[in-house]
Amino acid sequence: MQLDGFMLPPGLILILGAFILPQVEGRVRHALLLALPLLTLLMVWLIPHGSHLTLGLMEYELEPLRSSAEGRLFATVFAVAAFAGGWYALNKATLLELSAAFFYAGSAIGVTFAGDLITLFIYWELMALGSTLVLWANGKQNPRAYPASMRYLLVHLCGGVVLMAGIAGHVYATGSIAFSSMTMTDGLAKWLILAGFLVNVGAPPLSAWIADAYPEASPSGMVFLSAFTTKTAVFVLIVGFPGTEILIYIGLYMVFYGIVYGLLENNLRRLMAYSIVSQVGFMVTAVGIGTELALNGAAAHAFAHIIYKALLLMSAGSVLLMTGKRHCTDLGGLFKHMPITAIAGITGALAISAFPFTSGFVTKSLETAAAYQFAATASDPMLLVWVWFLLTAASAGSFLYVGLKFPWFVFFNKDAGLRPTDPAPHMQYAMWFFAFLCIALGVFPEALYAILPYQNDLLAQPKSYQQYTASHLLSQFQLLLFAGLAFFALLPLLKQTLTISLDVDWIYRRLFKVLGQEFTFKVGDLGGKTEAKIHGRIKRLIAHMHGPSGPRIHWPSGFMVLWVAVLLVGALGLYYLR
Amino acid sequence: MSASGNQRSRPSPSRWSKRRTRWLIVAVLLALAIVPEFFVTHYAHFESLGIELDARFGFYAWYSFFACGAMIAIAKLLGIFLKRRDSYYDE
Repeated sequence: MQLDGFMLPPGLILILGAFILPQVEGRVRHALLLALPLLTLLMVWLIPHGSHLTLGLMEYELEPLRSSAEGRLFATVFAVAAFAGGWYALNKATLLELSAAFFYAGSAIGVTFAGDLITLFIYWELMALGSTLVLWANGKQNPRAYPASMRYLLVHLCGGVVLMAGIAGHVYATGSIAFSSMTMTDGLAKWLILAGFLVNVGAPPLSAWIADAYPEASPSGMVFLSAFTTKTAVFVLIVGFPGTEILIYIGLYMVFYGIVYGLLENNLRRLMAYSIVSQVGFMVTAVGIGTELALNGAAAHAFAHIIYKALLLMSAGSVLLMTGKRHCTDLGGLFKHMPITAIAGITGALAISAFPFTSGFVTKSLETAAAYQFAATASDPMLLVWVWFLLTAASAGSFLYVGLKFPWFVFFNKDAGLRPTDPAPHMQYAMWFFAFLCIALGVFPEALYAILPYQNDLLAQPKSYQQYTASHLLSQFQLLLFAGLAFFALLPLLKQTLTISLDVDWIYRRLFKVLGQEFTFKVGDLGGKTEAKIHGRIKRLIAHMHGPSGPRIHWPSGFMVLWVAVLLVGALGLYYLR
Repeated sequence: MSASGNQRSRPSPSRWSKRRTRWLIVAVLLALAIVPEFFVTHYAHFESLGIELDARFGFYAWYSFFACGAMIAIAKLLGIFLKRRDSYYDE
């Protein structure tokens, strides 16, 4: 083991914190909830770029502390999300949820500092456990949370197995465990690794896990859940698979999948879950384009997205907490009663819609700019033309299905007769903080641009990074206002119904269940009889051996140990013979 | 609930005027968004490929409106096949 100077892997601060939180109470716990993410953030920035720790594992050298520009950007926003999430959760969340959320956030930060595939895999799996526990922690309040957490875990363990198979194959083929761009390598292993990453990003066919699981968490639980898993997956795609063309198609599918399902959705937080898929689709498309501007765009969008999505979920979570209602059909007219929650929700909605002077405006447009930047010299220019037109349409769509739909059905529309108040002060502060960041990043994008991974591109192509031009402002205003016109003109078509929409999860939630029930019925009957028979025989044997007429054999422990030793020697002998 | 439903199908005069004002505001906003189009030149993003659609007058306005209309139509259409009762998986 070799460590340069005193450096603590930043992810470990939160992971250790997860085990300290249950040991303390009251104010100390509150202080730790806020201080540990800030300490993590400090550590993220104190560690200079490069690899600083090597650990020997069998013949491999692990690098669990490699700082890179991409990793630092994601670790920064993860730490900020853990801080604001902790602030929002402070008094309301259960201890299990808080510990699990810190463990989860720490593991996500661990991934961003992973220099090798083994470290990455370990943190990847810890993330799956932490996030499952966040869901599990809401089991008492919501009986649907436990089964949802199990389905969630199964999907992620499946993804984990595929990823591990890919890593094993990759290491076998190349002899290297380094985590770097895999675009030059070929073979099955690379595609298995990509598939493992894509499960976490919410790609088809398994996009449904996000909308299935996340909305069953507590209000604060979903704020945590929305931040880490999908965005860690975007991070590993940026590092591992930049410019992989299939990602463009996958990303575009995700963008429109999220919009269509979002338009049909009545449950507020499920609507938010679909919009995560849609927004992450933008990032995946950008990674598929793969130029420096595109990768900067994906990273910047992920940064902004984590903040405005958490803000939207804080707002939706506060509505759920204070009214107990989760459906658009049960809500309306809350602006007067929950003004701060409404302002937070509207700010988040404007940011996700890329409204000028918000964080979405200055980050999403990097991705659309990437579509046309090198279109003329690209191998398939028409593909990029399609990407640009589709992403522009989807930008208008984002305003439609979440930017307008969420505030309209919850805070305006007709009064549903509910009279809640704004939530507890600490929840309001957390919302103010993120609302401030959404606007600040929009007004002063230079601060975010300064920490983007590819600074050479920024200097060489400063024009792509200048967002506040008359043409861009005007086109964006037109895009949004006419999307608004479509929304209000077609409002009768958008009437919400008390329904859910079928998805691929139907296969494992319904089909397998029906098949399982059919199967269990017959085998269970057979099994019952066989089991009773075997039980009876064992009982009779025991009665015979130990009963009054039994032989009364008592084997000394030494005798047993001897036999175990003989068996082991036999196994060893066989091994050598082979 | 039923009272408001009736109101919706046969709006009262005050509701009519409210609705008219709302649409008037929308019309003014949209006009305001179109007027600067006369003074601002949009450049075509794919000029080198001979595609100049996005530089035409009011492109972003009509493109956005029709794209949103299409997305709502597609969602409604898929909804016919995909929508199930809220308690579908609990049964």
